[in-house]
Amino acid sequence: MVHCYKLNGYNIVLDTCSGSVHSVDEVAYDIISMYKSNTAEEITEYILKKYKDQPDVNADEVKECLGDIAELEKQGKLYSEDVYENLAIDFKNNSNVVKAMCLHVAHTCNLNCSYCFASQGKYQGDRALMSFEVGKQAFDFLIANSGTRKNLEVDFFGGEPLMNWDVVKQLVEYARQVEKQHNKNFRFTLTTNGVLLDDEIIDYLNKEMCNVVLSLDGRQSVHDHFRKYYNGKGSYEDIVPKFKRLVEKRGGKDYYMRGTFTHNNVDFTEDILHMADLGFKELSMEPVVCAPGDPYALTEADLPKLFEQYEKLAVEMIRRKKAGNGFTFYHYMIDLTEGPCIYKRITGCGSGTEYMAVTPWGELYPCHQFVGDPKYSLGDVWKGVTNKAAQDEFRSCNAYARPECKDCWAKLYCSGGCAANSYHATGKISGVYEYGCELFKKRMECAVMIKVAEAEE
Amino acid sequence: MSRIKTIETRDMQKSVKTGGCGECQTSCQSACKTSCGVANQKCENADK
Repeated sequence: MVHCYKLNGYNIVLDTCSGSVHSVDEVAYDIISMYKSNTAEEITEYILKKYKDQPDVNADEVKECLGDIAELEKQGKLYSEDVYENLAIDFKNNSNVVKAMCLHVAHTCNLNCSYCFASQGKYQGDRALMSFEVGKQAFDFLIANSGTRKNLEVDFFGGEPLMNWDVVKQLVEYARQVEKQHNKNFRFTLTTNGVLLDDEIIDYLNKEMCNVVLSLDGRQSVHDHFRKYYNGKGSYEDIVPKFKRLVEKRGGKDYYMRGTFTHNNVDFTEDILHMADLGFKELSMEPVVCAPGDPYALTEADLPKLFEQYEKLAVEMIRRKKAGNGFTFYHYMIDLTEGPCIYKRITGCGSGTEYMAVTPWGELYPCHQFVGDPKYSLGDVWKGVTNKAAQDEFRSCNAYARPECKDCWAKLYCSGGCAANSYHATGKISGVYEYGCELFKKRMECAVMIKVAEAEE
Repeated sequence: MSRIKTIETRDMQKSVKTGGCGECQTSCQSACKTSCGVANQKCENADK
C-alpha cells in the first residue's frame, strides 16, 4: 500500500509496510499513483499528454521512471506486502509482562479545570491520596511482573501529584533502593499543573525524573479560560515563572510543555508558538477529550481549520529551525532511521497488558482514561489481574484488530489508535474514533513532510 | 533515479527478526496521555 500526498510544495510517497519515504517530482508522482491500476502504455500516453508542454518529459523519461519504480518495488520499498498481521497476535499473546505504570498518587487537584477528563482529578469518584504502602505494593507488583524487561516506567499522575509530594519522594527512594537488586532501571515521569512547584521540588524532579510533563495551554487568555483555581482565578501568572525556572535548571533532560486545545482555540498553533516564544522548546498540544455535547468539544466544522493549523505549524517549525530557534512538537517527532521496530508499530500502546494505571486504593485499570469504569477494573496490586476477560480485550488490540484500519496507510504509525478514544467515541475499545484518525493522519503527513524538507536541504 | 529521491528509513521487514525487545518507552508515558502514536518513540535495542 502506498500513500501519495502533496504538502508544502513536496510530493511525498509513503510505502506503508516497508516504512519507506520517497520525495518525487510531479511526473513520478503521477506515475506512482497510476502504476498498479494501469498498463505501461496507458501511463505513458497519459503522462505525455499531461506534460506535453515540458520538453524533458518524453517517452524515454517515462520509461526510465517506470524502471525506477519497478526497481524500488523489487527492493521492497514500494508496494511492499503486508506480512505482519499474525506477528501482532502472537507477540501480544506470548507476553505477560507489565513494564509501565501510571501511578495515580493523588485523586485530587488544586485547580478546577472544567474540561478535565479526570473530573478535577476525582475520576468520577472520591478524593484520595495514595499511601506509601499502596505505592510500594504497586512497585513490587511491577517488578514481579516485569520479566526480563530492564527499563520500568512510572508516571506520577493525578489529579495533581505534587499534592502528595512526600509519598512521591518516598516511592522514588524505595525504587532506587530495590532496582539494582532486581536488575531494573526505573524511569520516572511526573505530570504537573505547576502550582506547587518550588526550588526544592524542582531540584528533586530534575534529579530523579527522566521526564516531566508541564501543563500549559498556551496564551494566557486561553490557559486561564479553563485552568483556574477554585476561586475562579487563572493559574497562568503563577505557573509560567515556575515552569521557566524548572526548565532553566533541568540541564537538558527531557520535559514536555503540554497543552490541550478545544473548540475555543482551534487556532492552537498560536498557543504552541506562544510556548516557544516563552522559551520552551519541547512542546505538545493535544485535542480535548470530552463528550460530543460539551460546549468546548471539537466539531466537524473545526476539522478543516485544524488541518490548516497543523500544516501552518509544520511550515513555521521548518522556518524557525532554519533561523536557529527551532522547537520540538511531540507529534512531529519521527525518527525514520532509528525509530520503532515493527513489533512496536503493530502492538499499540500496551494499555491493559504492559501498561496499567493504579488508583490511590491500589486498583488496576487498563490505563488512566479507564479509571473509575467498573467494567474495566482489572484487579489490584495485591492479587494482580483477576478480570482476565477485560484484559484479553486489550490483548487483542493491535494495528490489525479493526476492519476499518485494514486499508489505512497510517496503521503502522498509530497501531490502531487509542483504545480509550475508541471506547468513548463508539462504546467499544475495538471501535474507531474517526475524528481522531483524521487528526492523526494529518499530523503524520506533516511530520514526514518536515523530514523530507530537511532531506531536501 | 532523477525523479525519485528515497529518504533513508529503517527496514521494517528486517526488524521482524531484530526487533521486539520491548525496552522502548510506552507511548502514553511521554506526553500525550490522550492519543496513541507509536512512530515517535525511540528504539532502545542496541542490536537492531
